[in-house]
Amino acid sequence: MMRAALTDLPLILDRVSLSAGATTMLDRLDLAITPGAPTLVLGPNGAGKTSLLRVCMGLAAPSAGTVSWGGRTDRGLGRRAMLLQKPVMLRRSVAANVAYGLAQAGCPRHRRAARTEELLDRVGLLGLAARPARRLSGGEQQRVALARALAREPEILLLDEPTASLDPAATRHVEEIILMASQSGTKIVMASHDLGQVRRLAGDVVFLVRGRLCEHASVGDFFDRPSSAEAAAFIHGELVL
Amino acid sequence: MSEGLDAWQLIASGDATLISIVRLSLTVTLAAVAVAAVVGLPLGALLALTRFPGRSTLVVLVNGFMGLPPVVVGLTVYLLLSRSGPLGEFGLLFTPAAMVIAQALLVVPIIAALTRQTIEDLWREYRDELTAMGVGPTGRVATLLWDSRFSLITALLAGFGRAAGEVGAVMIVGGNIEGFTRTMTTTIALETSKGDLPLAMGLGAILIGLILAINAAAWGLRLWSEQRVA
Repeated sequence: MMRAALTDLPLILDRVSLSAGATTMLDRLDLAITPGAPTLVLGPNGAGKTSLLRVCMGLAAPSAGTVSWGGRTDRGLGRRAMLLQKPVMLRRSVAANVAYGLAQAGCPRHRRAARTEELLDRVGLLGLAARPARRLSGGEQQRVALARALAREPEILLLDEPTASLDPAATRHVEEIILMASQSGTKIVMASHDLGQVRRLAGDVVFLVRGRLCEHASVGDFFDRPSSAEAAAFIHGELVL
Repeated sequence: MSEGLDAWQLIASGDATLISIVRLSLTVTLAAVAVAAVVGLPLGALLALTRFPGRSTLVVLVNGFMGLPPVVVGLTVYLLLSRSGPLGEFGLLFTPAAMVIAQALLVVPIIAALTRQTIEDLWREYRDELTAMGVGPTGRVATLLWDSRFSLITALLAGFGRAAGEVGAVMIVGGNIEGFTRTMTTTIALETSKGDLPLAMGLGAILIGLILAINAAAWGLRLWSEQRVA
């Protein structure tokens, strides 16, 4: 298949800016996302984490600079999937939500039922397959959205604070699913403002402050030898504005 | 005194004429709403999802046409369908088909305008998610229509109410021919002008009862399906 030959990695941002009116969300960002352990995007609220992920997904076109996926600059969907911070559940059953994702990903009709079951099993929601998706709890909806994103068999999976509003048990469950995806070869790019989570999951850390790339380092270096005052302050739990 | 019960007695006794009037009214109106839905739902969705020069004008036009005077629509269709009109060769004037056409024209703007608003609101919520999943234009329309189906039932009911209650358009293009194009509303108008107020009032009550019954059924359907899916 042609599609298998294409790759979205490396994902390269070349002096990317994103602004709306007078507001600048991203400011001349240079970044290369390469295969390997999860990349965690860290930073205070409003630092531009969501904007960065939207640009990486191709949902937003940069106001300046270029984004390329495996050398291609067209934003047409490649092998990427994104878990939005507040995922939208379609007004149908849990299973139908996942099957919808499969259909959009080009999964042939006769294989959808089996694949849906597989994906729901992977996120631990097999028992809720027939329930209306919008009636589920926040944590369960995150997992439905995760199953729907995994249905695309993405090469890059972008996640926007997937555990922001979850309790520890639900957080752990979601982190396990993400790690499993990572181990099976999916590149994880995930926004977070939870330092514990960054230590648990990250291979490298992208640290943003006010739309600028403040630091990009391996997780060990980031915590042990932060090179910027902002990162040092953030790590020590001080307020970075 | 007994005159006030005429319509009910006719119904109760299964009066063939009355039943055929009620049946024709329902058939024409439901057919018109069905035709208008087939046109209005996709039209409203397209208006909600596309951006082109003149779109605002079109939106205002569609919204404004919700208030089209039935007699004017009737007159327009009359001119189109009359022997010398551009569509005269089909011989549709003074047939139930002409009545369906006229009522569908009245209902399309209502369904299209309400659909546009509903779909536009839902699109705001769904945009990122559907784009991330790579859903194309046709898929978007289908998904948004399906996911707003409960709100769109209300749009269809508004259209139904409009068609069921109007007399001007069906009177002009149907001709109020007894046993062929006579509906409840045209009968009411006729009986009133003849002075048979009790019969007219009885028919009016039946008409309102039918409209309420259909709305109640739609509401029940909505509750039932919402419980299952929403």
